[in-house]
Amino acid sequence: MTTLQTVFAKAKADNRAALVGYLPAGFPSKGGDVAAAAALVEAGCDVIEIGLPYSDPLMDGPTIQDAVHRSLTNGTRIADVLRTVEGVAATGAATLVMTYWNPIDKYGADRFARDLANAGGVGTITPDLTPEESEPWRAASAAAGIDTVFLVAPSSTEPRIKAVVDCCTGFVYAASLMGVTGARETVNVAAEGLVQRTKAHTDLPVCVGLGVGTGAQAAEVAAYADGVIVGSAFIRRILDAPDEAAGRESIGVLARDMARGVRR
Amino acid sequence: MANEGSILTAADLAGNGAGDDPDVHGKFGIFGGRYVPEALIPALDEVAATYEKAKNDAEFLREFDHLLRTYAGRPTTLTDVPRFSEQAGGARVILKREDLTHTGAHKINNVLGQVLLTKRLGKKRVIAETGAGQHGVATATAAALLGLECVIYMGAVDCERQALNVARMKLLGATVVPVSNGSRTLKDAINEAFRDWVTNVDTTHYLFGTVAGPHPFPEIVRDFARIIGVEARRQMLELTGKLPDAVCAAVGGGSNAIGIFHAFIGDHDVQLHGYEAAGHGLESGEHALTLTAGSVGVLHGSRTYVLQDDEGQTIESHSISAGLDYPGVGPEHAWLKDSGRATYHGVTDDQAMAAFSLLARTEGIIPAIESSHALAGALELGRELGPEATILVNLSGRGDKDMGTAMKYFNL
Repeated sequence: MTTLQTVFAKAKADNRAALVGYLPAGFPSKGGDVAAAAALVEAGCDVIEIGLPYSDPLMDGPTIQDAVHRSLTNGTRIADVLRTVEGVAATGAATLVMTYWNPIDKYGADRFARDLANAGGVGTITPDLTPEESEPWRAASAAAGIDTVFLVAPSSTEPRIKAVVDCCTGFVYAASLMGVTGARETVNVAAEGLVQRTKAHTDLPVCVGLGVGTGAQAAEVAAYADGVIVGSAFIRRILDAPDEAAGRESIGVLARDMARGVRR
Repeated sequence: MANEGSILTAADLAGNGAGDDPDVHGKFGIFGGRYVPEALIPALDEVAATYEKAKNDAEFLREFDHLLRTYAGRPTTLTDVPRFSEQAGGARVILKREDLTHTGAHKINNVLGQVLLTKRLGKKRVIAETGAGQHGVATATAAALLGLECVIYMGAVDCERQALNVARMKLLGATVVPVSNGSRTLKDAINEAFRDWVTNVDTTHYLFGTVAGPHPFPEIVRDFARIIGVEARRQMLELTGKLPDAVCAAVGGGSNAIGIFHAFIGDHDVQLHGYEAAGHGLESGEHALTLTAGSVGVLHGSRTYVLQDDEGQTIESHSISAGLDYPGVGPEHAWLKDSGRATYHGVTDDQAMAAFSLLARTEGIIPAIESSHALAGALELGRELGPEATILVNLSGRGDKDMGTAMKYFNL
């Protein structure tokens, strides 16, 4: 199993940033999700985040909302998400689950951590779990041997950044802008400052997400961050493709462009 | 407002100190807290700090009091409803007339407090979610009064069933954004408002409309709605010489109910009854029985009771009343339920509409369908408690906005 620690160590040895791709489980279809993720890994993604579809994704923009809605309509359940993780982990990428807190809360923190670890998952990203509420999840994750990634934002004060990074293992997710997920014309200039402020409080890798959609943007972010996270741009291409095979082809092209970007 | 001419005090807002305030993390027991993107934490901290200062500032209290009196029309009266009471087992039913406030519902109380807070935050734009449209109308009204830009998020389904309120908001200068994702009702309007807030938080205050959401909203909205119960408690003593045996209110998110309950929490002989929307009935699966039939989870930034499936996906609620059509509920209600201090029941669409019609025909008062759930509850409770009992009902709003629904329901 590839861990986050080996991914970032290897990227560092290669003097480049890691490339992290996001796709929701059950999208574009049951089974089609693993194939799409495999296309990203083949094109150069080091880490895959599998989104756990949730009915009320309040930090996601229209693209991810659309994909998640389709997945839920297809009847995606947590058992399906875990099967997807298993399939993606088998490709050799370090595989995380990105999820809002309530599905884990309801499933049971200990049970979810254990089942995710058994599926070959290496950790979670929980965007609406604040340090204050995170203790039960960190304990469950530590017991299961998986990493816990939390987010810092441009609005975060120094004490907040410290509180968040103290809860993180694996890496820290720096949200590049104040807003929801979705590709943007430009990557927010606040991102670089946030990465620097975050690095003052931790030796963990810091990855930047939100608004990255092109190889050039990936190169720009890779100049100051340890990892570049891309989600909506891939999903947009899958949504716009005439069929799943064309979608895989299209995200492969974009991911290769990004993979070159993080190596520039 | 203890006497004519007196000014609101910090105690009127902050409660009676009977251990009924949330802790520093906004927790009511295990409920409440903050489950939101980190990006919003500084804004929530800023709102909390600004409110903490404001509620102890005589100038803020004076401004709020002034608006409540001269703009909202407070204090609102109590009304005895003897002909309606005949159907309630002869118990004496007394209404707290929030329907008589400016804009026609209790929502104006919270909104006036929060626009004053917006001014103190130095923000020029307010956003809000709305279900029935009453919170949207109140927010648009107060924004017009203070010259703030105003954007209201409203589920597309609700826009249709509350078309009159959409027109009112537009007339008041607000932008109404119909929300077409998810169930296209209140919960989705809240999601969309949060998305706006995280994007525009530097310029914008999210004027949250109910006692749900992340800390400090449950506390702030409660404190601004608390005037309902503070007045009613004093007025009951004046009118009847004693406290009521029971207080009844409808519960969607729970702001009007907390508003009237809170001043009575320390009065242990006063029963507190909340009425949720049972829609087509519990068995039908089409209801909004969050406290009665939901389970503990996290929705919209707060740990509380939620209508959810076995994997934590929110289940869409149903009610004939848009204002109660919500699969979550304020964390303080969850706490009052679990501690046993308040009791929560379901009232079906049909029961609510029967009470709606009964109050109109016996007393010449057309209530909001939301409030009609509390009236239906009082009819049943009166029969249980008997003719010696006195029951205070929060008539949280008027029914003008519901004429379209009533015309369809009664074939008028």
